[in-house]
Amino acid sequence: MTTATQEAGAPLGAAPPSDAAIVTSGLTKRFRGGQVAVDALDLAVPRGSVYGFLGPNGSGKTTTIRMLLGLVAPTEGEHALLGLPLGQALPRVGALVEGPAFYPYLSGEANLRRFDAADPTATPATAKERIGEALERVGLSAAAGKRFRNYSLGMRQRLAIAAALLGPRELLILDEPTNGLDPQGTREVRALVKEIASGGTTVFVSSHLLAEVEQMCTHAAIMRAGRLVAQGTIASLSGGRATRIRVETPDPADAARVLGALGLADVRSDEHVSAELGGHAPEEVNAVLVREGVAVRGLAVVRPSLEDVFVGLTGEGFDVDG
Amino acid sequence: MSTAETTTGTEAATRTDRPRRTPGLVPVAETIGSAERHAPEPPPPGLPSPPRRPGAFWRLLGSELGLTFRRPRNLAMLAVVAAVPVVVGVALRMVGGGGDDEMSGLIASVAGNSLMLTFVSFSFLTLLLMPVAVAVVGGDSIAGEAGAGTLRYLLAAPAGRGRLLAVKFLNVVVYAYAVTAVVALSALLTGLVLFPVGDVTLLSGTTVSVTDGLLRIAVSVGYIGAGMAALGAVALALSTFTEVPIGAIAGAVVAVIVCQVLRAIPELAPLEPYLLPARFTGFDAVLRAPIDTGALLDGLAVFGAYTVLSLSVAWARFTGKDITS
Repeated sequence: MTTATQEAGAPLGAAPPSDAAIVTSGLTKRFRGGQVAVDALDLAVPRGSVYGFLGPNGSGKTTTIRMLLGLVAPTEGEHALLGLPLGQALPRVGALVEGPAFYPYLSGEANLRRFDAADPTATPATAKERIGEALERVGLSAAAGKRFRNYSLGMRQRLAIAAALLGPRELLILDEPTNGLDPQGTREVRALVKEIASGGTTVFVSSHLLAEVEQMCTHAAIMRAGRLVAQGTIASLSGGRATRIRVETPDPADAARVLGALGLADVRSDEHVSAELGGHAPEEVNAVLVREGVAVRGLAVVRPSLEDVFVGLTGEGFDVDG
Repeated sequence: MSTAETTTGTEAATRTDRPRRTPGLVPVAETIGSAERHAPEPPPPGLPSPPRRPGAFWRLLGSELGLTFRRPRNLAMLAVVAAVPVVVGVALRMVGGGGDDEMSGLIASVAGNSLMLTFVSFSFLTLLLMPVAVAVVGGDSIAGEAGAGTLRYLLAAPAGRGRLLAVKFLNVVVYAYAVTAVVALSALLTGLVLFPVGDVTLLSGTTVSVTDGLLRIAVSVGYIGAGMAALGAVALALSTFTEVPIGAIAGAVVAVIVCQVLRAIPELAPLEPYLLPARFTGFDAVLRAPIDTGALLDGLAVFGAYTVLSLSVAWARFTGKDITS
């Protein structure tokens, strides 16, 4: 009873609004037919973070983003962007939702003008300039006059990012921004996200690619089947699992014995010999191994990746290829 | 306290605490529709609050009209309705040139006066062709954006649902009047080229001056435009129910055709005054002397009722709809 009261009385969205770019509490979407796409989601996205929203396809990421942007009404729960009512928050938010969508018969530039006209706070006098800048940032200046119909997949994705950059933004919500991009385009998008974030803009980026989130983000949330499995800084997420030391050696049995004698936990001997590093310094372990006559060919400290975290949390592999 | 009681108590506590508002969070009920009217609660951190620009609505309407009137399909429909008076005029001229004594009253009146071609053209075109053109633009308005996915970006911009709907409606009104005006202009020009200009003999036999005749054409354009706009509103309402524009367009066109069929059934005559397409041809009231304003006002009342009803349905549907396209 006491526990229950505490839970119910606790503040719902941990961070106060001014510190958080996105807060949701108990956000739930049940579609007609009973399918629960998002289940009691409590997100807290700190301002200034690059926040990776990670999950396999179909885990409720896009539905969450649609709810954040007011496109889909939640069945239950609350959400806020930048601590403001939605209508006031949206002009400060650039969004890319479920891939690019534009008017095929208009040029890239005319498409951006169209979406700029839809923003009631945008200044028409500076539209040309802002559109030019946005196209420049995504490297589409040369194709500005080309019809959208004739854009390649990568160009379409870039135009969608340009549309999200039409005004000064405090928050960017990017749903799978590297979808359909070649490796070069992916690198460019990553660089762009870093550049935008360095200017103080919060970036909320959804992805089903673990490696991408690990490279780009300061924070991450992991979704699975509509539920939030974990969230926090990348370091704290990975910190939940132990760092291991891995020894490459022709004498695995000896190595395992030495590691065990050192007091390292969870000694495994498969391809390589490995164990949880715990509080030991790797060089110290190495010195002991050598002193005990174990031939050390290689020694590595393996920090847990998000994939390990995901597998550890869900007991399932991550559908990396989508 | 038994275990069962404890569980119930816990559930009750959780349930009663659910709807409580956390400061700064937007309650679900307010996120859609009413969020725009909401006053800012906390002082906004970061950038200063961007002001809503007074001309923003007109800018979006301008953008919408630009899309509508640059789209080849919409221009092609204007060209088609413009071509009909020319075809009718040439056909009547050829018939009239044959010196046939058994010409019908309508044909005779056109052959005798250039202005009459406008009314003849309207009486053909309001049956189906003009309604189809307006239904295409109205039916495409929301469904087309939804189907293409641009709707989600417009709303995230944020265009605002009520605002976007208002813009879409005004857009279809302008297109409805454009269609009507194009028919009138094309018919006038064709008439002037092919037939003599002079005093106009009305249906009631009275003769009025050319200026009076032009005025009557202007009144009929106003009347038919309002009727087409009402049909546009119906198509717009249908458009909020689907992501397939052709579905909304077909729905509106089928409704027009069904009404025309119903009109042809004598037993259903009491129904006729309430059918929207039945009122389109009511413009012939301007051909009476004096103009039958009663009939025109009746028609306008029907157009107004259809418009208000359709816009209410569209608003109710669109402001509460999940945009999943």
